[in-house]
Order: sequence, then structure tokens, then C-alpha cells
Amino acid sequence: MALSFLLLTILVVAGLAYVLAKSRAFKSAGGDIRLLHSLPGYYGWNGALTVLLPTFLALLLWLAIQPVVVDHTVSGMISAESAAESTLGLVMSDVRRIADGLDLAVQNGVLTAQDASRLNTGSSDIRETLGAVGVALGAEVTAEKLEAAQTYRSATATGFWMRTVLVLLVALGGLAVSYRRTDKDFRARNFVEQVVKGILVFAALLAILTTVGIIFSLIFNTVEFFSLYPAEDFFFGLVWSPSFGGGSELGILPLIWATLYISLIALAVAVPVGLFAAIYLSEYASPTVRAVAKPLLEVLAGIPTIVYGLFALLTVGPLLVDIFGNDGALGVGWMQGGTAVMTAGLVMGIMLIPFVSSLSDDIINAVPQAMRDGSLGLGATHSETVKQVIMPAALPGIVGAILLAASRAIGETMIVVLGAGAAARLSMNPFDAMTTVTAKIVSQLTGDADFASPEALVAFALGMTLFVITLGLNIFALYIVRKYREQYD
Amino acid sequence: MSEVSGAIRTADEFEPNKATAMENTKISADKVQVYYGDTHAIKDVSINIRAQTVTAFIGPSGCGKSTFLRCLNRMNDTIDICRVEGRIAIDDEDIYDPKVDPVQLRAKVGMVFQKPNPFPKSIYDNVSYGPRIHGLVRRKSELDDIVASSLQKAGLWEEVKDRLDSPGTGLSGGQQQRLCIARAIAVSPEVILMDEPCSALDPIATAKVEELIDELRENYTIVIVTHSMQQAARVSQRTAFFHLGNLVEVGDTQDIFTNPRDKRTQDYITGRFG
Repeated sequence: MALSFLLLTILVVAGLAYVLAKSRAFKSAGGDIRLLHSLPGYYGWNGALTVLLPTFLALLLWLAIQPVVVDHTVSGMISAESAAESTLGLVMSDVRRIADGLDLAVQNGVLTAQDASRLNTGSSDIRETLGAVGVALGAEVTAEKLEAAQTYRSATATGFWMRTVLVLLVALGGLAVSYRRTDKDFRARNFVEQVVKGILVFAALLAILTTVGIIFSLIFNTVEFFSLYPAEDFFFGLVWSPSFGGGSELGILPLIWATLYISLIALAVAVPVGLFAAIYLSEYASPTVRAVAKPLLEVLAGIPTIVYGLFALLTVGPLLVDIFGNDGALGVGWMQGGTAVMTAGLVMGIMLIPFVSSLSDDIINAVPQAMRDGSLGLGATHSETVKQVIMPAALPGIVGAILLAASRAIGETMIVVLGAGAAARLSMNPFDAMTTVTAKIVSQLTGDADFASPEALVAFALGMTLFVITLGLNIFALYIVRKYREQYD
Repeated sequence: MSEVSGAIRTADEFEPNKATAMENTKISADKVQVYYGDTHAIKDVSINIRAQTVTAFIGPSGCGKSTFLRCLNRMNDTIDICRVEGRIAIDDEDIYDPKVDPVQLRAKVGMVFQKPNPFPKSIYDNVSYGPRIHGLVRRKSELDDIVASSLQKAGLWEEVKDRLDSPGTGLSGGQQQRLCIARAIAVSPEVILMDEPCSALDPIATAKVEELIDELRENYTIVIVTHSMQQAARVSQRTAFFHLGNLVEVGDTQDIFTNPRDKRTQDYITGRFG
């Protein structure tokens, strides 16, 4: 039975369980639902869930275990010699292709099911037959491979039948259990609510586990990188010049320097502008202005960063060259090209304004009205109140907002790729082109890099470093926010 | 509106000695109307509030007593939809005159709120906040003196003198409210408005604050809004009864409680509604 059909059957059984359990509950109460412990719908859901949960669990387990068992059985049939010629993995993938090809041939009517199971290498050209249905094989089919493929086919087919039988048995078992259990005193509501809670826990767990998975995938590759390249050269190297021919120097310092430099410029733009905008919006703006201005400001947050990158490349960069370039308005000649730390920093700062302003605005609004009244009642002006009472009260939250913006700046990629250039360089001049950790991760992993070389693996070490930095910032931000949160309550 | 003007007459009629009362008058309100948007919250209220006296505003919830109180230091200005008409004068000076800076006015008319609202700063900074923003002191030592004397007047000095640097929010509710009173005293106001200052406090803290109000009467004109008629009877010399935005009756506290002129006042103080 095909998987989709099986799933459909399970759903039908579950639906049946719903109807049966509901009507049985109804009957057990003598038609008076006030005598039931739970509403009839809960008994129905209890029935359906008692079918669905164990069945899906069984199905998932089977789907996970069957390929492993079959592979293990079949790979036992491959002789040591043929395994030695190439690798066991390659032979096994050949076997799988032959088996799938035979299935396909039967399906297309090129072979009958009986012919397919009775094939032998002497009587027909299997490679040609399979080629006719669109399965191209790299090598001639040996007797050993054919035998393995036939075993593979039969084992898989048996597995499918066993799977269907098992799943249907579990589903019917669930149906029987839920039907027997249904009674006017059975606490169906509590059971259903437990299951719903379980689903919620599962969803939360999934997010956490994914984070853990990401960290582990980074860790393994990072460890592999450090086995190929010395850690002290990576962390303290002043030169970044990867060459895929070998002999690259992979020092992270120029990249970290540029990352921090650009983030610093971005924050220098975003923090004052964002904070002042937030103060205006929350303290001075009339409700009408606020209703229009706040969403407009937040539109900035919805612009894709690649668009900001284009803005940096096409508008801000040339504008800065016109001012600070060789023939620029100031005639200082600091800037050689449009791509520079300053370009990326300014544009990134614009991108971060809504982050800072929106979060700060919420935080300023959360300062109780009683604080404002208290200060105004003492004869303070509005601006004194903002400066001396509201800002100090909101400061921890604002610091948290700024740190979140900082970790966002550190992780930003597209603006840097387009606005800051591609040359890794240690320089104090903000009008020089530099490149950051994120931009280099992209360039190391795109293209035809060999994934086992340090030049490609370094991307994971860079990612890990970045991850640790932003994680640290986020934790620090959370700590600050939490520590001072309840101060005015 | 005939009912309202009747109430005004009642208020004037029972002023025991009008001449002396006028001499003593600190705040006088004449035909004050307050609107919140379309709602007419205060209707034609006229009242004279005497200096160095505790005047209590009583009345059921929503009767406008807090709204009227907030007119006296123009705190209602901070609410956009609120509009005040009529004349309110302190020391015969119209406080709604365009020449008057509401910020200056609020330094003269201090306010203590329903819920203690110390700033999230140290006790010292809470009390010194007002004197600092008004530039009342030149040297740190003067400021220290003001902080100490304000806390003494508020009866809090003994409890906090050793921890002036700890946050004001760490004090108990009653101590916080007395800190707020000290904060208001520190700017040397002439009038102190109190909006249900004890409603968030337990009976012991309430007793302390009431005792304090009684002591402060010597130097300040005090107007207190309260829901508790016992409190009004304990701390005030004059009582004004508000109902549905009207000032129904005003007079000596003793008279109001023992011999109310108006049926509504009588019903309220005997607990028939409210």
C-alpha cells in the first residue's frame, strides 16, 4: 500500500473513531449530555487522537528503521573484492539504482513482475533494458549486484507489507481501546488537553533542538578546520589571503576589525537618531502624528537588506566619493572608491533606526504615567521630566535595545557585500574598503570549493566566532533588561 | 442648572463670617466648568479654600472631586482633551491667565498622588529633585539641609537618615508616600494637593500620614480628596461634598457631618449611596 493511501486510511479510521466514541459517550449518558464528564466533542477527539498518535509514532519509527535494516541485510551480500574495487557506499548506491530501475520497468510495463524477479545477467542486457526506461547505470551489472538488488527489492516489498499491516493493526487497536474506554465518567477533556499541551511542548522543543543542531553542525566543522589549520594563526593572524592552491593565510583579525568598525559607525548613526525619534514619538507627538509616523518608520525595518545594499552601492557610495574623494568637494582625497567602511556603516545605521526607535518607544511608553505626573506635579517641565525621570527609568531597556541592534549589525551581510568591498584589510581609515566576517563566509562557501579544504572549512570557524559574539551580546542584553526591569514597580 | 445654582447659594450662604473668610481665602474658584471631550465633568463649581486649613473633598466615585483638584495646579493641562472654563485664583491671581507659567504654578502648588510614585532614584535624589530643577540652592550643603528638613517635616528622617543613597522604590508603601510628601515639601510650596493619599496604604501607614497632614497644616494650605468619610472627619477642618460634577455643599467639617443641609449630603454620609 502506498504511503499516501495508508495515511488516508489512518485518517478514515481516526474519523470513524471520532464518530463512534462520540456516539458511545452520548449513549452511555442516556442522551443527556449534562451527565457526561466532558462535552461529546472531547470524547470524539479522544477517540481520534488515540488512533492517530500511536499510529503516526509507529509509522515514523518504521520509516526510520526499515531502510537501515534493509541496507544492512543487502550490504552483507556484497563481497569484499567488489567493495575493495570502489567503496561499499558506491556499490550500494548502484544496487539501489538497479532495484529502483527494475521497479520502474515493471511499472512502465517494459518487464512483467515475474520477468523482473527472474532476470539473470546471462540471458538479457539489463543495462540496456533499464536505460530504455530512463535509468542510466555507470557500470555493467554483475551477477552479484543483480542478486543484491533482487534481495533489496524483495526485502523492501516485504517491509512495505509489514508496515501496512502493522500500522493498520495499531490504528484498529487504538480504535478499540478508545471505544472501550469511552464512558460518561471518562475524563476525555483532560486527556485531550494533555495532548494539546504535548503538541505545544513539542513545538517549543523543536525550536530549541534546532538551535542545538545548528550549534553542533558548526562545532563539528569548526573542530575539523582547527585540525587542518592552527587555531592561534586563525585567531591572531593579521592577514587574510585564502588561496585554494594551498598556503593560505586565514587570520580572522582583519575581518573582526572591519565587522566591529562598520557596526560602530552603524550604531553611531542609529542610536541617536532612533532614540530621539522614539522620544519624540512617545512623549511629544500628538496621537495623529504618532499613528502615521510610527508605521512609516517601521516600514524601514521591512525593506530587504539587499535593497539597502543597492542604496549603498548606487547612492551613498558615489555621494561620499563626491565629498571625500580625490576630486571631491573637500579635496581631501581620503576615499578611493565608492565601497568603504563608511558607506556600509551609514546605510546599516539607517537600517537599524527602526530597531532602536521601535523598541525604545515601547520601553518609554512602559514607564508608568505616575512617574510623569510626579515630576510634572513638582513643577518640572516636560523636557526635564523626559531627561531626568523617564530616560533613567527607561535606560536599561534602551541599552537592551541597542545591544540587540548591535548584534543585528554584526550579523548583517548584504549591505557589507555591496557597500564595503571585498578586500580584507586592517586600516584605521573609515573611507577604505574592508570586508567583514559574514561577507567572507559567503565568498568562502560559494563557488567550486572543495569542502574538505581549510579554505572552505574556515567559513564554519568564522560562523562559530560570530555566533559566540552575537550570543554573548544577546545574553548580556537580556541580563541588563531583566536586572533593571522591575525597578519602578 | 437651577439645581446647581441652588447649590452655589448654599455654599455661600453658610459661610459663617464672610468678611474673615475672604481675608483667609487662599484659593477661590468661580463658576468653574471642566469638559473631557464632550463630557461635562465639573459643573459650575464655586468655592473658597482657606489658608492654613485642611479642606477635604468627599463624594462618590466619578463625582469630579479629583478632576477639580487637578484644576488647582493645572495638571489637567497635560490631558489633551480636557478643557477648563471659569476663574480659579490663588492669592487673588488667576492661575489660568496666559501670563502664568503652569510649570511655575506647580512649584507653588505641590501634589501628592493616590499611588506612591517615588522616582527610581535614591531617597536623596527623590527629595532633591525639585530644588535642583528650580535652582533653589547654590551649594551642596544647602541641598543637604533642604533634604534633611523636608524628610524631617514628612516624619521620615529617623527611618531613612542612614540610607539616603538606597533607592526610594525600596521603601514600604507608607514610607514611599511620606517620601512623596517630603519631595513635594522640598520645593517650599504654599498649597499641597493630595489625591486620595492613603488609599493604597494599610491602617498604620494611613494613621502616620494623617498625623503628618495635621502637622503640615501649620505651614501649608492643604486640599485632600478622600473616599473615607472617617478620614475626612479626622483630618479636615472644612469639607466639600461633590456629586455628579456639582459642588453640593461646603462648610465646617463638623457641621457637614453632624448637620448636613442638603438631602444628598445626608444620604451620602449616612451611607445610603456612594
